[in-house]
Amino acid sequence: MCESPSENPPNDGRAEAPGQTRRQFVTRVAVTAVGATAIPAVMQYEAGATDAAAGAAHSGAVQKIDIKLRINGSEHALAIDSRTTLLDALRDRLGLTGSKKGCDHGQCGACTVLVNGRRINSCLTLAAMLEGDEITTIEGLAQDSALHPVQEAFIKHDAFQCGYCTSGQICSAVALLKEDHARTDDEIREWMSGNLCRCGAYTNIVAAIREAREKKAAAL
Amino acid sequence: MTPFTYSRETDLAQATQHLAGNPRAKLLGGGTNLIDLMKMGVETPAQLLDIHRLPLAQIEALPDGGIRIGAMARNSDTAEHPLVIKNYPLLREALLAGASPQLRNMATTGGNLLQRTRCPYFYDPAFSQCNKRRPGSGCGALQGYNRMHAILGQSEHCIAVHPSDMCVAMAALEAVIRVRSGKGERQIAFEDFHRLPGDTPEKETNLAPDEIITAVDLPPLSSSARSHYLKIRDRASYAFALVSAGVVVELEGKQIKMARVALGGVAHKPWRSREAEQAMQGKEATPDVFRQAAEAALAGAKGYEFNRFKIELAKRCLVRALNVATAIA
Repeated sequence: MCESPSENPPNDGRAEAPGQTRRQFVTRVAVTAVGATAIPAVMQYEAGATDAAAGAAHSGAVQKIDIKLRINGSEHALAIDSRTTLLDALRDRLGLTGSKKGCDHGQCGACTVLVNGRRINSCLTLAAMLEGDEITTIEGLAQDSALHPVQEAFIKHDAFQCGYCTSGQICSAVALLKEDHARTDDEIREWMSGNLCRCGAYTNIVAAIREAREKKAAAL
Repeated sequence: MTPFTYSRETDLAQATQHLAGNPRAKLLGGGTNLIDLMKMGVETPAQLLDIHRLPLAQIEALPDGGIRIGAMARNSDTAEHPLVIKNYPLLREALLAGASPQLRNMATTGGNLLQRTRCPYFYDPAFSQCNKRRPGSGCGALQGYNRMHAILGQSEHCIAVHPSDMCVAMAALEAVIRVRSGKGERQIAFEDFHRLPGDTPEKETNLAPDEIITAVDLPPLSSSARSHYLKIRDRASYAFALVSAGVVVELEGKQIKMARVALGGVAHKPWRSREAEQAMQGKEATPDVFRQAAEAALAGAKGYEFNRFKIELAKRCLVRALNVATAIA
């Protein structure tokens, strides 16, 4: 988790073919590892294979649901297993991998996205619950080619090291400013407590949010 | 997660029918606790009835001067509601001391009431012993790492604690819980809603299996009442309580006209302490009286290997909450 998001991923020239992204490579290796059945990891998850032992005695029916999700201004029609969380739908079905899976239990905030402008943990939200809602992810914050002011402030203040928590931090901070809960540094710290940073970039995160707040106030 | 069928409920009467007809159905509000427990394999419902869009999110004034908080009102909306800010600052403090902003945007009033314990022996099925998860299997916490566990009202079958902050405030505010089933409506006094573990720790509330919580009523509170919620935890924010105290005090001059005390993080349910209240009734509001109240509240406390410190901590927490509420120190 210590890569720098601003650099290209490391490529030692042996494993990856030219022109292949790291994500494509990782996905291909995962599929190969499954062996002859070659079930993509996504399908395996959705079939609940990892829970098979625990679920055998209890399981109800597997249900496929047709839903339409409105994400970053576009509508996406999906047929999903009822168990699919918003986070898994975003990352594994729609390729919106900016939202990160950290703990997957609502404890770290890396999966934070906005639903109708409010921040939530997408890992504890079933995708099926959100039909008709307006979902905004980190990919939807920039307008055309202009970064969101909070994104700019994070870059300016170097408010990250490895970058894994950053998309969640930024989405959370965007909502924080809208809530008007960033009036003091103490308030920023308290109201950003749902977003953990293992690298400990907190000082710079607070500085970035402070600046975004001041710029927002100046623009009003 | 084990497979389940999902249905979006749009009508309360229909939802009560769906619930009554299916003992393996669970209601889905914000999902912050239930989805987590389903991922852990602790909860394995065959059906999820998603009630989060039912029109139960209102917060409104009642004719008697109290307020009614809908079961689907989000914790964040409740904390920011003008009537709560103005008349029930204790509830706002407790709500904002709980979880994170993201979780508070999801969590509902009804779901918070039905929150399950964070005892690790319950939460992780890798532990074979938990009378709450597998009745009769024993209690892993009794001889285990029980630093976060109960010091009041526990039994040899379960020493888990209720994790909610909101409920501690509601206990001190003498809330009333309104529930609905196919048979009609009924009201449950807050103290009668959650249960002590006894020999059936798997039964956490007195809600019937076919009942849905529709609202919580808060009775009116004198405008001269002072209150405070104090939460002691391992981190400055975003952590469950080691102990907490919610207090409401009404003074006449220096004399305590009325006091209500509830403690969190100490028992299987939000712990209303009438002993502490009686110890203060009619006395002068002084740190000594508050200490006597705290001694009375914890008189029956029992600690275990790792949580004995919570007995003294709970006393000091209560004294400080009373000091702050009455502005003595």
